[in-house]
Amino acid sequence: MAANKLHILVGTRKGLFVLSADRARKRWSMAGPHFLGQTVNHALIDPRDGRTLLAAVKAGHLGPTVFRSTDLGRTWREAKRPPAFPKAGADEEGVAVDHVFWLTPGHAKTPGRWYAGTSPQGLFVTHDGGDTWDSVAGFNANRANDPWIVKGSDGPPDGATLHSINIDPFDPAHIYLGLSAGGIFESRDEGATWKPLNRGCAADFLPDPDAEYGHDPHCLRVHPKVRDVVYQQNHCGIYRLDRKASRWVRVGENMPKAIGDIGFPMVLHPRDAKTLWVFPMDGTTVWPRVPIGGKPAAYVSRDAGASWKRLDQGLPPAQGWFTVKRQAMCTDGLDRAGLYFGTTSGEVWASFDEGEAWHCLCLHLPEIYAVESAVAA
Amino acid sequence: MKVTLPSPVADYTAGRRVVDAHGVSLAALLADLERQFPGIRFRMIDEQDAIRPHIKVFVNRDPVATLAHPLAEADEVLIVAALSGG
Repeated sequence: MAANKLHILVGTRKGLFVLSADRARKRWSMAGPHFLGQTVNHALIDPRDGRTLLAAVKAGHLGPTVFRSTDLGRTWREAKRPPAFPKAGADEEGVAVDHVFWLTPGHAKTPGRWYAGTSPQGLFVTHDGGDTWDSVAGFNANRANDPWIVKGSDGPPDGATLHSINIDPFDPAHIYLGLSAGGIFESRDEGATWKPLNRGCAADFLPDPDAEYGHDPHCLRVHPKVRDVVYQQNHCGIYRLDRKASRWVRVGENMPKAIGDIGFPMVLHPRDAKTLWVFPMDGTTVWPRVPIGGKPAAYVSRDAGASWKRLDQGLPPAQGWFTVKRQAMCTDGLDRAGLYFGTTSGEVWASFDEGEAWHCLCLHLPEIYAVESAVAA
Repeated sequence: MKVTLPSPVADYTAGRRVVDAHGVSLAALLADLERQFPGIRFRMIDEQDAIRPHIKVFVNRDPVATLAHPLAEADEVLIVAALSGG
C-alpha cells in the first residue's frame, strides 16, 4: 500500500475527525465525525504498518474502550478485551478504568504491540494490534502501595492520568512514562520494574525541593532517531535529559521571562535532536492555562533549549484564549517538518515551514483533546 | 425475559432497544447479553463487577444495585442511562 497521503487525526470531546492532504499539503479534506458524541482522548495510526488505527473512546454514560480500524475509519471493530484492571480479591479495594487517556505503538521490533495509559493511573499492553489488552503487572499490581500513584479523587479534575508512554527506539525493553501527578518513571525490563526519574526537576508544590517523585510532567518526548535524547514539558518548566545522565536540566530558564516555561504539549523535530517546539500557557496565580496575555504563540529552540524564538505569524494577535492540551500538538515528519495543534475552542492550526507561519485548517470542532499525524495510503 | 436497554448501547444491538435474554441472576442475564451482543457488558459493568456510575438497573421497577440480584423468567428488566446532564 503506497504511503502517499498525510492524515491528521483529531480526537475531540465529541468524536474523531480526520483531516487528509497530499504530501504537498496544499488541499485538505475532512472526514468524520467518528463516534459522534463520544470522547476520543487519543487516536493514532501505527507507523509500523501504516494502516492500523486505534482510538481510545468513552461515552458519557458508558465504560471506556478501544476501537480499531484498518481502513482509515470506514469500518471499526471494538477490542474484544479493552484495558481493564484485574478483578480485586475479597480483601482488596478494586479499581476500574475510567478512560483510556494515551496510546503508544510499540517498538519496530515488536509488531502488534501497543501500550495504553489510563485514568486512574494504569498501564496496559496489547500484542495483537489492539484486540485484547492485558494489565502490565509490573506497574499495576502494586499500585495500592506505590506512593507515587494518585489514589481516590485526588489529582487533576478529569482524573489522574498515565501518559507520555515512550519506547526507547534503541531498546524495546526500555520504557518511559509520565504520571500526572507522580512524575517520570522508567523501566529497562519491558515494564517488570520501574524507577522514578525526576532528579533536577522542580516541584514547587511539594515541601521537598529535591523529591524523588510526586512531580507533574505534562508531556515527555524521547527522540525517535537520536539515541538518549529526552525532553519534557513539566508543570514546573521545560527540561532536557541527556542519558546516561539522570538529572534533568531546566532549559526553560532560557525562555523570555515574560512568557515563562509552562505549557502542556511538546514536539520534537523528527530528525534534528536539538530542535523542539512548545506552546506556552499562563501558569501564574490561579493557572489560567491560556496563551500569555491572550496572544497565542509557539516557541522553538534549535539549540536544545539554550535559546528560544517566538512563532506567532498567522495566529490571533490578541484575544486568543484557547488552551492546547498535552497530546494536541504534533509534527508530520515530512521535510520541511509540518506542525499541527488543536485548541480547546475547536480549531486546528498548521504550519508547513516548521512554525514560521500558521494557517487555520478548520474551525468549530468540539474541544480538541489530541492531534496526531500519519503518512499512510 | 424482556430486557429494555438504553440508547447509548444501541450500536451493539443493531438499534434494538428491547431484547430477550435469560438468567437466574442479573450477573447471568448480563452474561447472556454479552453472548448475544459482544462488548455490551463492559460498557455497562466495570471490571470489578460494579454497575457503572451512570447506568441504573431496575427489575419490575425496583432499583437493583448488585449483580447477585436473583431473577425469574417473568421479571422485566429495565436498564437506563441515568440523567447525568442538564
